[in-house]
Amino acid sequence: MKTFVLLILLVISAPLSAQVSYERILDAESEPGSWLTYSGSYGAQRYSTLDQIDRDNVDQLQAAWIYQTRSTQKFEVSPIVADGVMYISEPPSDATALDLRTGRPLWSYRRSLPQGIVTCCGQVNRGVALLDDRVFLGTVDAHLVALDARTGRVLWDVEVAEHTEGYAITVAPLALDDKIIVGIAGGEYGIRGFLDAYDPTTGERLWRFWTVPGPGEPGNDTWSGDSWERGGAPTWVTGAYDPELDLLYWGTGNPGPDFIGEVREGDNLYSESLLALDPDTGELRWYFQFLPHDIHDYDSTQVPVLVDAEFEGEPRKLVLFPNRNGFYYVLDRVTGEFLVGKQFARQNWAFGLDENGRPIENPETIADRDGAVVYPDDDGAANWYSPTYSPQTNLIYQNVRETGATYYLADATYEPGRIYMGASRRPVQGEDPAGFLRALNALTGDLVWEIPVHSPPWAGLMSTSGGLVFSGTTDGDFFAADAETGDVLWRFQTGGGVYANPITYLSEGRQFIAIAAGSSLFNFALPESTGRTMAFPVWAMGIALVTLLAMLGGLIRGRSRRAD
Amino acid sequence: MAAQDVPTDEGSVLFQSQCGSCHGPLGNGGKGANLAQPQLRRATDDEALQNIIRRGIAGTEMPSSFLTPSQVSRVAAYVKTLGLVEPEEIPGDARRGAQAYAALDCRACHAVGGDGGIIGPVLDDIGARRSAAYLREALLTPESSVPSGFLQLRVVTRDGRALTGIRVNEDGFSVQLRDLSGGLHSFWKDELQTLDKQWQRSPMVSYEARLTPAQLDDVVAYLVSLKGG
Repeated sequence: MKTFVLLILLVISAPLSAQVSYERILDAESEPGSWLTYSGSYGAQRYSTLDQIDRDNVDQLQAAWIYQTRSTQKFEVSPIVADGVMYISEPPSDATALDLRTGRPLWSYRRSLPQGIVTCCGQVNRGVALLDDRVFLGTVDAHLVALDARTGRVLWDVEVAEHTEGYAITVAPLALDDKIIVGIAGGEYGIRGFLDAYDPTTGERLWRFWTVPGPGEPGNDTWSGDSWERGGAPTWVTGAYDPELDLLYWGTGNPGPDFIGEVREGDNLYSESLLALDPDTGELRWYFQFLPHDIHDYDSTQVPVLVDAEFEGEPRKLVLFPNRNGFYYVLDRVTGEFLVGKQFARQNWAFGLDENGRPIENPETIADRDGAVVYPDDDGAANWYSPTYSPQTNLIYQNVRETGATYYLADATYEPGRIYMGASRRPVQGEDPAGFLRALNALTGDLVWEIPVHSPPWAGLMSTSGGLVFSGTTDGDFFAADAETGDVLWRFQTGGGVYANPITYLSEGRQFIAIAAGSSLFNFALPESTGRTMAFPVWAMGIALVTLLAMLGGLIRGRSRRAD
Repeated sequence: MAAQDVPTDEGSVLFQSQCGSCHGPLGNGGKGANLAQPQLRRATDDEALQNIIRRGIAGTEMPSSFLTPSQVSRVAAYVKTLGLVEPEEIPGDARRGAQAYAALDCRACHAVGGDGGIIGPVLDDIGARRSAAYLREALLTPESSVPSGFLQLRVVTRDGRALTGIRVNEDGFSVQLRDLSGGLHSFWKDELQTLDKQWQRSPMVSYEARLTPAQLDDVVAYLVSLKGG
């Protein structure tokens, strides 16, 4: 009995150190008060069953605490929350643990970076992974670092690739069963892309899947000459995992050089693809190439969203993929079969998709000396920021960029660590670039509603059982919309552009919404009285009751034992 | 087009695509500074010039570039050949132009040296930033050369109030504008029934009918003489 009481006391005093096992992440949906992996769960729907904050009370949301980073780089973090602690990365390659009650830092890891870091689009980081008592951080000098989750102490630090050659890590790693998956950035520098798995305890590399096959490997013949050596196909956005099929899904980026196709004739496998890999070996089970021989720099590095649904009368395991190229794809995630491809944003580079999902391209959008106008521009109709799928509405939500640019052909000579792109761009003049939050029918891609948000967005999305979708804007607004209707129910001007994904969690039984904006990490909640009256009794009284019963039980049993 | 068709004069080609839209295809200015001058105001030496091409100029419309170091040096070399072009002949008289500027009450909207209105662009260094040809065009057909950051808006509120002004800022949910007498207005978009972005419109009238050709030359000469600092 004493041990039982002790156990109860331990649970009540909620230790400030994480023991986030693989099993907990696998079962993340059963503890919605935590946010254990990049997209909230392996299925990557970025949907939470928390519903304290709902359509009726969301207009009362207010900032509860704010953490400010010291960097002026874009703050792209998607936090991890477990056991009373929030784990964040900060640009360029730092990590911090924050006390969930107070917002106060518990530790910080500040990385000393070498000279000559090259990243195309800012020295950024999108988050850490957590497994057992370790925090995993990728760095812009292309290392993977394991930190003690209690102290931030470095446990190991391994070089993933040579940063002076243009390799960098900005992606949040993905923790699986006894392995850490990490991708690589550098598609604008003529790298050869790959996806890696590391041993969480030792840092030993378990496998590497080259996203550009070498000589003798299947797919190498889709690259003319030795162009595969500089073929790009980076893996800089966190993928998804299906534990039943035991398949790891990961998107790949553009082939290099970005805008010159002549020097790399062929389909350029496995650039611009969704890969399904065996997570134990890194072996390729299937792939679907969205865009063979891309010459528009439309990385297919978005978050794959795993959904089980009835499709044309059959229960199917699907993967949803709103692609940066402006088309929304639905694939069978068992086989990679193409099921749906539907335009969801302004584009002129393709006349459409054929029955196999292969685009029919518009040759007038190929960069040349006089300039070719292309929609979307190479920042895409979507980008790395996350979509969300709500099983309440069966809608997939995507922030959409509608902006074009004129592309002028330039030379591209490969030098290690130098830009290797082959075009320069100028925004289309005389119109405002446009942005929208769009809700699409998940099975058809049909538009259900949209919210114009002025500047093209860089914010990810999250949906909740409260019937809400949370989003941000480049102009600094963070807002909640009714997931069914698209009515904006609450908004808050943060004062800095939102280049991050929202998350939600419980702290002391109260629901919070977190979002990075500008150089600050905002944590919103309902006013304390509202939150407490709604949540405290459910959370605390349950434990109090159990404790009381246990103690009573203990007393009674103790007495009876004494009587024996 | 095949990659090998790119002409060898890459500095010139890069300049046309990357710089020409603001600095003019000949480099003699437009929206951006006139570079066809023996001495550049900010790019005082080769290193400064390359730095500006690479990083842009903070606080101005001059952006940073994605060019490789070798491309930057080729563009810089090309820009220096522009400096060998004969300076543009400005036929007018700047002193008489200043008088015409005052008589036309340009200061109602534009400021020089802190004197004047706030509706239109500040003209302190307009002669260093714009070419004579561009300024002439702006006086004759203002709507063909509306500077960025001066989008004309027409809004109608839900209670029927109509207003025209220049956009100060906008986001998904709100818009701020300055009316033509300088008053600032801020609206939530759901307070508006109409938000009309008038891209090719300008509150500035054409001065074609109000200036003789000689007076036009004079005003242009005056504006060209405004070099700032």
